[in-house]
Amino acid sequence: AAARGCGGIWRRAWQRGAGGPTPRGQRAVACNATGGAVPAGKSGLAPWVPVVGLEIHAQISSNSKLFSGSQVQFAAPPNSLVSFFDASLPGTLPVLNRRCVEAAVMTALALNCSINKKSLFDRKHYFYADLPAGYQITQQRVPIAVNGSLSYSLCTNNKMSQMVTKTVRIKQIQLEQDSGKSLHDDTRTQTLVDLNRAGVGLMEVVMEPDMCCGEEAAAAVRELQLILQTLGSSQAVMAEGQLRVDANVSVHHPGEPYGVRTEVKNINSVRFLAKAVDYEIQRQIEELENGGTILNETRAFDSKLGCTIPMRDKEGKQDYRFMPEPNLPPLIVYDAKSLPANMNHQQVVNIDWIHERLPDLPSVKREKLVEQYGILPEHSFTLLNEEGLTEFYENVVKQTKMKPKKVIGWILNDLLSYLKQHSLTVKESPVSSFLLADLLNLLEKKEISSTAAKQVLAELWKGEGKTPLEIVREKKLELIQDQKELEQICQAVIDGQENEVIMRVLG
Amino acid sequence: ALIGGLCFQVSAALKEGRVTPTELCRRCLSLIKSTKFLNAYITVAEEAALKQAEESEERYRRGQPLGVLDGIPVAVKDNFNTAGIETTCASNMLKGYISPYNATVVQKLMDQGAVLLGKTNLDEFAMGSGSTDGVFGPVRNPWSYSRQYKEKSVPKSHSEDEESNWVITGGSSGGSAAAVSSFTCFAALGSDTGGSTRNPAAHCGVVGLKPTYGLISRHGLIPLVNSMDVPGILTRCVDDAAVVLGSLAGHDPKDSTTIQDGFKPFELPNLTDVSKLLIGIPKEYHAPGLSSEILALWSKAADLFKNAGAKVIEVSLPHTRYSIVCYHVLCAAEVASNMARFDGLEYGHRSDVNKSTESMYAATRREGFNDVVRGRILSGNYFLLKQNYENYFIKAQKVRRLIANDFVKVFRSGVDILLTPTTLSDAVPYMEFIKEDNRTRSTQDDILTQAANMAGLPAVNVPTALSERGLPVGLQFIGRSFQEKQLLTVAKWFEKQVKFPMIQLEVVKRHHHGVVQHQKSASVS
Repeated sequence: AAARGCGGIWRRAWQRGAGGPTPRGQRAVACNATGGAVPAGKSGLAPWVPVVGLEIHAQISSNSKLFSGSQVQFAAPPNSLVSFFDASLPGTLPVLNRRCVEAAVMTALALNCSINKKSLFDRKHYFYADLPAGYQITQQRVPIAVNGSLSYSLCTNNKMSQMVTKTVRIKQIQLEQDSGKSLHDDTRTQTLVDLNRAGVGLMEVVMEPDMCCGEEAAAAVRELQLILQTLGSSQAVMAEGQLRVDANVSVHHPGEPYGVRTEVKNINSVRFLAKAVDYEIQRQIEELENGGTILNETRAFDSKLGCTIPMRDKEGKQDYRFMPEPNLPPLIVYDAKSLPANMNHQQVVNIDWIHERLPDLPSVKREKLVEQYGILPEHSFTLLNEEGLTEFYENVVKQTKMKPKKVIGWILNDLLSYLKQHSLTVKESPVSSFLLADLLNLLEKKEISSTAAKQVLAELWKGEGKTPLEIVREKKLELIQDQKELEQICQAVIDGQENEVIMRVLG
Repeated sequence: ALIGGLCFQVSAALKEGRVTPTELCRRCLSLIKSTKFLNAYITVAEEAALKQAEESEERYRRGQPLGVLDGIPVAVKDNFNTAGIETTCASNMLKGYISPYNATVVQKLMDQGAVLLGKTNLDEFAMGSGSTDGVFGPVRNPWSYSRQYKEKSVPKSHSEDEESNWVITGGSSGGSAAAVSSFTCFAALGSDTGGSTRNPAAHCGVVGLKPTYGLISRHGLIPLVNSMDVPGILTRCVDDAAVVLGSLAGHDPKDSTTIQDGFKPFELPNLTDVSKLLIGIPKEYHAPGLSSEILALWSKAADLFKNAGAKVIEVSLPHTRYSIVCYHVLCAAEVASNMARFDGLEYGHRSDVNKSTESMYAATRREGFNDVVRGRILSGNYFLLKQNYENYFIKAQKVRRLIANDFVKVFRSGVDILLTPTTLSDAVPYMEFIKEDNRTRSTQDDILTQAANMAGLPAVNVPTALSERGLPVGLQFIGRSFQEKQLLTVAKWFEKQVKFPMIQLEVVKRHHHGVVQHQKSASVS
């Protein structure tokens, strides 16, 4: 089978984890760059088209919660950031945080959404220990933004040089409250509840099922993550739960309606997202090919076993009994045209004002890097993917005479691989952009060889505070430019090793 | 003559040192004790009240009282949060619950020096129209013990019938109405969702004001129906209602549904000329079950305006008759939602059943709520189910809009004030009242008051006359949105014309000659 686009992955044999699920046979189902199906390997079998949609919850980066004044902070002592409203004390009322609305508008603009100038809040009811009010305030009927799109790129056949750009439609962005956290203590059969997170503002970004494999989903989420971080609307750190991704996965035969979908939860890294989606696609295909059916269920990804498992249904079939939130008037946002003159500007959200102040988005930044420094597009991706790497690179470029095109090699091959090996962030690099620039200048001025430069860099990693020049002197790594001096050295070496020289010559 | 109402009178007496806040507070506390059988109060905060009174006294001594309300004893319905004083909603669910914060209205009263005597009785979570369905027992209407009622209704064997003949206060703010009516406080806060302030005000012969939705903060009021709830004001005269309104109204950053514009407190003028007024008599309020006595009183009141030169016309609010069923759906839906927070985890009652979280929830809610609350939760959840939402909730919302539009049309046609009865009849004896269930009762009793809540309009009950049985009957004025000043000005004029008689409470008179005399002399012209 011809595998294009992200199809490569479908030919990988499925690995069985220790004590994991039944091994999956090697299967050759593929989706190509346009999302179409490719015939399966087994003769006579119709091909499968996997369909992947995502629901992403991004915690809004804000000092206080969506409807209360409590602080937002990760890993604070349990229940230390809980206002009367967050604990749902009777008689308390929600008061909308303007910063959260601005973050949502900013994100909506970056994702090419149309913004609803008037949106509404609703209550979604269910009983759960970490949902004190018994309902979540969300935007079910009219969300703050709809109909956007997100472009993302991914490499094909695992080759950085073959990048494809795709687009996923954004159905909507809605504002809603986060829940608290339940910690189940099984040995003492009790549940501990931490309400620090209860009421923190979330943006739920709903992506249409325009993706067809784990790699695509992962690339889309990665791009979204970068956008959110660039905007500052969310810190979007998946490990800290600031970005939570649920994947809706189904498979069907071409020309037929979409299959029954499952929802995969509990995915806490971009890497696991790709794994979880691919596993789920594979599982569904096998299930169906073995004559089974797919249940419309929620499954959790087990990162240790590398598989998805059904989640116990909490309350059976849920009817959320949605109702308009009566304590919040409609959320009105303005643009320059609709903004009433007598409005207090401190109290309104102005779309145009936010639009004018949007920072360069990752795609624009990449284009600028490619154009300005003559680097390859894939290099620009790597630069943006690591926090602070672009700035590091640009600082080095500024401080050295070496061509940016050459500098990039040192950044990606030497600096980045060293950092990765030692699990360091760019910020934590023992070699500053200044030191690296110094070193590259020595190389550029031909004072040291490229091999010597690597030796110096190895010394610099030790972080002993020496400058490249000091190391060069100490280790005597200077390139000798004087012809006579070189001849003398060679002669001295030969003289000292006369026997060996003779042996070699004879040898 | 009546100058600025009771509060101004007492305030003047306090200023002149004719009485001190502590004396006033002690007398009220003592009256509360001797009228304990009324069951008007759930909690009496004696110590806290005396402390506040002392502080007030100190301010008067320094010549720096905080305002008209400084040193004035008030009571608050037990569904408003009060820091440090139990807030129960007359429910097992919140028995013993002490809120860590004050409702905005409570805080505002205190900021102006009012002395909070205690928390008044109600129907559980304000669901009812009799003040008979709370966990602390029914409230007795002070008029049951008045000379007026006894003379007319209990001519036979005295002592025996007193037990079986006492009448209800109406509700759900019956405790507040009884507290004001029996002189134990000068003003009380109620809440009004479908008539809960105006109905007991009518039955207890006091003024009951339901302000425009959004004029007074609901922050700290434990909700019944968020989109209709309004803190209500119960006082002995219209002027006092205006004073209390002035101290409570205005934007509250903690309640996003309050008006943004600033509110300016007002004093009510003495209307001498009503000839420019257009009074509307909505024909739909001639409802089935309206007693002939009240009907007669209503038309007498219309004549009063007519004779004084006002223009009185019949108007139509055609969707009024759908109001009750519409209210039933919207109310139950919001109740189901609002009550979801009572799960026993963060506060309130928690059942001992702990097999699972779910079983604990179920038992907690079964033990914590009475049948009325549970019934409304059940039907509310039914209305909100996906398959029913369109047919019930959405439809009810549309009907609500029609009802509100009826009022808009009438007011746009030039009508200034609507005049209607507040209740269908005078208060019934408790024994008779409990023959019917809460839902039937609420349906009948809210019928004349409830549409104003649907439309968010201000409305006030003005005590008008005594019935043949010697019980109070009130009429209701409904005004334009945020036109409280106009509404109360007309109400004040009417109050002056009808000269509603003073309650003659033997028990109060015997023991507390002083304070009653004081209140009496201040309120009778």
